[in-house]
Amino acid sequence: MRVRAQIGMVLNLDKCIGCHTCSVTCKNVWTTRDGVEYAWFNNVETKPGTGYPTDWENQAKWNGGWERTKSGKLQPKQGSKWRILSNIFANPDLPEIDDYYEPFDFDHDHLKSAPEMEAFPTARPYSKITGERIEKIEKGPNWEEILGGEFSKRSEDYNFEGIQKEIYGEYENTFMMYLPRLCEHCLNPACAASCPSGAIYKREEDGIVLIDQEKCRGWRMCVSGCPYKKVYYNWESGKSEKCTLCYPRIESGNPTVCSETCVGRIRYLGVMLYDADKIDTAANAPSEQELYDAQLDVFLDPFDPVVVETARADGIPEDWIKAAQESPIWKMAMEWKVAFPLHPEYRTLPMVWYIPPLSPIQNAAEAGKIGMDGMMPKVQDLRIPVRYLANMLTAGDEAPVISALERMMAMRAYMRSKTVEGVIDEAIAARVGLSGRVIEDMYKIMALADYEDRFVIPTTHREQVEEAYDLKGGCGFTDGNGCSTGTSKPSLFGKGKKPLKMPEAM
Amino acid sequence: MNQFLFGTFPYIALAICIIGSIARYERDPFTWKSSSSQMLRRKQLIVGSVLFHVGVLVIFFGHLVGLLTPIWIFDAIGISHGAKQLLAVVAGGVAGIAALIGGILLFHRRWTDPRIAKNSSFWDNAILLMLIAQLVLGLGTIFVSLGHLDGHEMTKFMSWAQGIFTFNGAAAGYVADVAIIFKLHLVLGLLIIAVFPFTRLVHILSGFAAPFRYLFGRTGYQVVRSRRTEALPKNVGAIPRGRKGPAPASQGASAPDAMPTPAE
Repeated sequence: MRVRAQIGMVLNLDKCIGCHTCSVTCKNVWTTRDGVEYAWFNNVETKPGTGYPTDWENQAKWNGGWERTKSGKLQPKQGSKWRILSNIFANPDLPEIDDYYEPFDFDHDHLKSAPEMEAFPTARPYSKITGERIEKIEKGPNWEEILGGEFSKRSEDYNFEGIQKEIYGEYENTFMMYLPRLCEHCLNPACAASCPSGAIYKREEDGIVLIDQEKCRGWRMCVSGCPYKKVYYNWESGKSEKCTLCYPRIESGNPTVCSETCVGRIRYLGVMLYDADKIDTAANAPSEQELYDAQLDVFLDPFDPVVVETARADGIPEDWIKAAQESPIWKMAMEWKVAFPLHPEYRTLPMVWYIPPLSPIQNAAEAGKIGMDGMMPKVQDLRIPVRYLANMLTAGDEAPVISALERMMAMRAYMRSKTVEGVIDEAIAARVGLSGRVIEDMYKIMALADYEDRFVIPTTHREQVEEAYDLKGGCGFTDGNGCSTGTSKPSLFGKGKKPLKMPEAM
Repeated sequence: MNQFLFGTFPYIALAICIIGSIARYERDPFTWKSSSSQMLRRKQLIVGSVLFHVGVLVIFFGHLVGLLTPIWIFDAIGISHGAKQLLAVVAGGVAGIAALIGGILLFHRRWTDPRIAKNSSFWDNAILLMLIAQLVLGLGTIFVSLGHLDGHEMTKFMSWAQGIFTFNGAAAGYVADVAIIFKLHLVLGLLIIAVFPFTRLVHILSGFAAPFRYLFGRTGYQVVRSRRTEALPKNVGAIPRGRKGPAPASQGASAPDAMPTPAE
């Protein structure tokens, strides 16, 4: 057993209102630069839909993630090391920027500089890549917002696998949910495995996956390797970039920007202890539906004295062990089993987990006919098909998703009974295998979601590994060039900066 | 003039190439990259890039082995100069045509596609044109070579190249009387070497290093970096299987992380 700690995240989709505050604040902090205008380290998709980049979940098309070969070996789906190297000249699995969208801006200047015209001047779009006019914007970062577009296109959604999807195109049966996505900071990252330069690495002390910008050579295998399409190629700098889990904030004990600014308070950050020796086995489970359980098996119980002892021996600081014991992630993923990994079938052992959303009862008008299972409606009567959620979160295994949804409904029923009727109904809790005390704990964490309950983030112990004296007077963050000039752009070697050509006023 | 171009300039070019590359790698590692434009436009790149790269690699290694292997080795293993000349003409011709087609495809794409054209630097275009010109010159020499298939002419270049690398002051003399197209090919080749560190060509070095690092330098697939300043007291051998070796012993926080390095 080798104990390692990782900062994990849980997103409670039941509370996501799709406001995109996470995406916008993330963008403002990280990707307003040239070359990554099109990149959203965090984005929110409306489901069902094909997402961003289009159809990203369909690994038959993109070959992201891992596959278990016939001989039982685990290798990147885009190929073993030899295959990856042989594609270095041209990567057949790389998306084109149009698969995301061509980044654009609007000719705002025209609004004030236009000459007198018959028609009111408008700010028309132009490409951020070429500076040329775009006559028709074909795609954007959130093109399917709130079920935008035809159902026939959106229903290409990979999560409809095994579902008679036609009926969900009918107005009466339609359903939707939001899916905020960011880098999963996987335990078995396919991006890192695909990088021939070894520029992508996982940090031992907190599990954050980062790209070393000075070692990245732009072979772009990570972009195709990541099944979540959360590594972005900066077409200006020629390097790949990705979500950093706001590591400067995490290190100082603060939540990521997306979590901090989430108005729905749906995001949780906390420490998970895991056994690094079990990763290979877990990622290589024979059947895809075993992968969720296999990943649960990788996590270590922070209350187990043996685990705590080993963690100390492995150099995990005391406050990290304590944080692991108070971790909201542990409670939701392991104790209550209401949170699930996104697409475990990609075999990456992702560490950003999701609580599936409840949804309105189908045919609410016929409420009398709702199949009631005791006090609660049946999960199968919810508008969002369970199989749809299962395809997204448990490789199609419905049982764990049903259990989670039942527990969330039980939480509502129990708390309603308690606060409205003043009756503590232990039977509700018992029916979903919990106790009233646990349900009240769930209510505190999941429904009330106080700041200090959502974010249990120990600080990084730099003082133990760094000589602060040596850092005195050192360089701050620069544009990748250490102390020399502060920016690489105008250097002898760098690429000359070309200002975008503004379209002619028309 | 001959002495300068073929006796002195090679050393200038090589010096610029080596010192410039080291300087860039050390000072500006962020700019060291392949500058792929595949993301912006896939069209023509897959075919063009593969043809170009494979062709150029065959030619590069052909030149390396053909020019720098001492003549006596060929004699010892019984490869006649004529046979070697024929091999060079055939293999070089095929690879050269492949690379030329690829290069033209890439240049056409770079020149006509607005996405690529707008985002190409002077050197992106210049180096591609230089390489295409070099391919044309190289293929042009085939017609001259067909006139003396005994390999006699070729040994002059071998003597010259080996003379340069053995610091033979008389090296330039070997190529004093070769056809002008050969001389142009040599000069342009040396120019390409000289501009190497200022262009995207530096990715060639990484390209050669990548297979070794990826296949042999890394057991397994994953890379883990640690801030630990010393290995764990027990479990010392337990650095993750298939993961990058023990924590850097003394560097501490500076190396394993994208943190600013302390002032030197």
